Amino acid sequence: METKNLELKPKYTAKDFASDVDVKWCPGCGDYSILAQVQRTAPDFGELKENIVWVSGIGCSSRFPYYMNTYGFHGIHGRAAAIATGVKLVNPKLQVWVATGDGDSLSIGGNHFIHACRKNMDIKIVLFNNKIYGLTKGQYSPTSEKGKITKSSPYGTVDFPFNAIKLADAAGATFIARTIDREPKHMQDMLKRASSHKGLAFIEVYQNCTIFNDGAYAPLTDKNTKEDNVLYLEHGKPLVFGKNKDKGIKLDGLKPVVIDLNDGKHSVNDCWVHDEFDNDSTRGFILSRFIDIENMPTPIGVFRQINKPTYGEEYWKQVQDVKSKKGAGDYNKLMFSMNTWEV
Amino acid sequence: MAKESKIVEDVTVRFAGDSGDGMQLTGAQFTETTAKVGNDLSTLPDFPAEIRAPAGSLSGVSGYQLHFSSSDIQTPGDSPDVLVAMNPAALKVNLLDLKPGGTIIVNTDSFDDKNLRLAKFNSNPLEDGSLSNYNVIQIPLAQMTMEALKDMNLSVKEKEKCKNFFALGLMYWMYNRPIDVTLKWLETKFKNKPEIMEANKKVLMAGYHFGETTEIFTTRYEVKAAELPKGKYRNISGNEATALGFITASLKSGLKLFLGSYPITPASEFLHELSKYKNFDVVTFQAEDEIAGISSGIGASFAGALGITTTSGPGFSLKSEALGLAVMTELPLVVVDVQRGGPSTGLPTKTEQADLLQAFFGRHGEAPLAIIAAKSPADCFFAAIEASRIAIKYMTPVILLTDGYLAMGSEPLRIPEFDELPDIDVKFRTDPEGFYPYLRDEKLSRPWAIPGTPGLEHRIGGLEKQNIYGTISYEPDNHEEMVKIRKQKIDNIANDIPELEVDGNDSDDLLVLSWGSTYGAIREAIRNARKKGYRVAHAHLTYLNPFPRNIKEVLDKYNKVLIPELNTGHLALLIKGRFLKDVIQLNKIKGRPFKVAEIENKIYEVLGGTNGN
Repeated sequence: METKNLELKPKYTAKDFASDVDVKWCPGCGDYSILAQVQRTAPDFGELKENIVWVSGIGCSSRFPYYMNTYGFHGIHGRAAAIATGVKLVNPKLQVWVATGDGDSLSIGGNHFIHACRKNMDIKIVLFNNKIYGLTKGQYSPTSEKGKITKSSPYGTVDFPFNAIKLADAAGATFIARTIDREPKHMQDMLKRASSHKGLAFIEVYQNCTIFNDGAYAPLTDKNTKEDNVLYLEHGKPLVFGKNKDKGIKLDGLKPVVIDLNDGKHSVNDCWVHDEFDNDSTRGFILSRFIDIENMPTPIGVFRQINKPTYGEEYWKQVQDVKSKKGAGDYNKLMFSMNTWEV
Repeated sequence: MAKESKIVEDVTVRFAGDSGDGMQLTGAQFTETTAKVGNDLSTLPDFPAEIRAPAGSLSGVSGYQLHFSSSDIQTPGDSPDVLVAMNPAALKVNLLDLKPGGTIIVNTDSFDDKNLRLAKFNSNPLEDGSLSNYNVIQIPLAQMTMEALKDMNLSVKEKEKCKNFFALGLMYWMYNRPIDVTLKWLETKFKNKPEIMEANKKVLMAGYHFGETTEIFTTRYEVKAAELPKGKYRNISGNEATALGFITASLKSGLKLFLGSYPITPASEFLHELSKYKNFDVVTFQAEDEIAGISSGIGASFAGALGITTTSGPGFSLKSEALGLAVMTELPLVVVDVQRGGPSTGLPTKTEQADLLQAFFGRHGEAPLAIIAAKSPADCFFAAIEASRIAIKYMTPVILLTDGYLAMGSEPLRIPEFDELPDIDVKFRTDPEGFYPYLRDEKLSRPWAIPGTPGLEHRIGGLEKQNIYGTISYEPDNHEEMVKIRKQKIDNIANDIPELEVDGNDSDDLLVLSWGSTYGAIREAIRNARKKGYRVAHAHLTYLNPFPRNIKEVLDKYNKVLIPELNTGHLALLIKGRFLKDVIQLNKIKGRPFKVAEIENKIYEVLGGTNGN
């Protein structure tokens, strides 16, 4: 593997990462914000531009690589994680990102997504979750809430949605985070954190589709309501939220409970203190379920980040082990070393 | 008693028993030894799709056929001269294939009521006279094995499991083979189980000595070494040969080899084989599914490796969409389809050639790619190298068709020296000056610009591209132009491959045109027909898309063209459609390869003579 000399690395700006292709998402689409935050933070990804690869599947989200002035591969529906796996395994020095959507990675590409997580592939997956199929003009997605009325569910959906964070954690991702398109600074922070993570980094971005699912995240983004509905996760800090920072979360056994910090009975000392690096997944699992529990705020931030060997690391280590035992392969070893006879 | 030794040219034996009886292993050992003796040989295992079907049942019979000779041979033999049947079911399933008057060696210990019933025999064939046309040799194999091991401290079950080695030892005696190859193999195989090693050795020798001492046998046979081209040889199965071919292509090209693959019968051995070669920097990725297998291969190629994926029928179908992506992104990729009986799950362990039209047309849109087919187990080695060479040089996916018969069958490979094999040049683009992702060279190939190269950052994908520039384009004229360019690029390969060779004369009465694994049977059939005075020419297609540039010329020379295929007529359809040439078909769809006699008889039928002219 080549060693990088970051001192000699050019000083990039956001512009260096913008390709010359016109961006063609609908006006007001949350994807613009994701693109802007990625371009703004890419200079801090610690990687030479030519070593960055963006891979995508199909969907609005998956046009993303065209707009990045890095190497890019616009794949087929659902297969981005599998394509990215091939890229990363043969050239471990590359920093490989996947731009995908809720349909692309949680429906048609669900298998590749969970297995990339399970194997702890050293790739970074940014999932644009708008809870709708945009490119095909408005059918429900695997993250649409139950009962959702869409073109393909005129009487409401009857199926239950996936919880992407829960799924990623359960499948074995080692960096799991959520952010919102309308939280640029927060998103930048998550992207930088993901860029330096070793192993599968998963960021779910709540992204508004202005055409087919406008306002899906309004309670989390409207000035008047967001502070009561969004819980910012910070390592080592108590889970506190609300306009006046007057609400907290405490754990009652395994049950999360909202407490009023001004009721005279509770204080911030009763609150659950967030530990991003908890190797035990129990608390992360409880946190991921907040969105499925009524009256709980929606956590954004890093749910969990743990340290585990990556698939690539283990693979190439094995190659080195075999090489040290058998010696590097050559044609004669390949063909003449066993069970031959002379005529 | 001194025994007569008789020299014969050519023998076919089949070992058959329960799938737990170790028949594949017995056959493989006999093959290994026979190779060392210097015979030409060809093998075909035949086993059920079930790993362990109920013991004694007809569906659980596993067989291994070996044809060996002192002259050049091409097939595992039409009908065995000798059948070793470990139980009644094995006898029942294989008897019909046996040569009239052939020898049957049966394990009489297994001919009890229960096993006879399981094999659906109404009476015991060893007693009812139904085998009177055969030379039946009855041996209580299990008892004799127990007797040989009576002093050993092993369980009855462990002892019983050695009985296949008694049969093997006996066969070694019968055909004058040395036993040391197998003794040596046992030493390595059971290095950590000395008791088992000892037991198997004892039983093997007991079988051998039994042949010598018993009065049942009066004759043993000798098959002299064949006159093969000089060189170093190894016995090789099609799947092994394919794997070694790709590693060789990797060495020739200097590219890392990446295999994305999902286990599927009968292609899995390829994945097993390649997984052993980590010291060659080979990446074998056992993917979560068939689609991930090919998609990861495409990613690997994009990143500058030789990406390949291996599969069989059902998996081949699943890879269709990604194959289109590889066509569109114009990346090198080799897809190996080990054809098996279809459709759907079909006949997983049986052979067929019914994926040819899928290889040609099994993608949406205009998606031409290169197709080549291997003709024998050893030829898989060369076909894999050639598929890689074309993929890299023409920046295109290539489908390499083999089949169950080639994959599992084996024959000796004369190992070529590295320098005898074609070079594979790789030129990664590094110069940013004037670079566009879909620039074309004189062959119409686009540049391979891999991530990590400064100044060449670019985006590709499945959407239609503007020629040269590679940007997304929905422009009507550009799309038509790109469709034509992609086709022309594949057609250009015809300038880079050998012309179709004809074995025979222009004035012959019949041309037999073949592709894939039928090669061996057809060659032997034609040889036999010529001996009888028939004038038959043979042309075999390794390259199916594009066809060799002189194919029309060859076809036009003959009034009668016969195309034998293990399908309903895929190549025949292509030849008729493309060249407006009427052809005669011989089709077999039984999950089994052609017998030489089947082809021969068709030749006689077409040419109007009777067998023997």
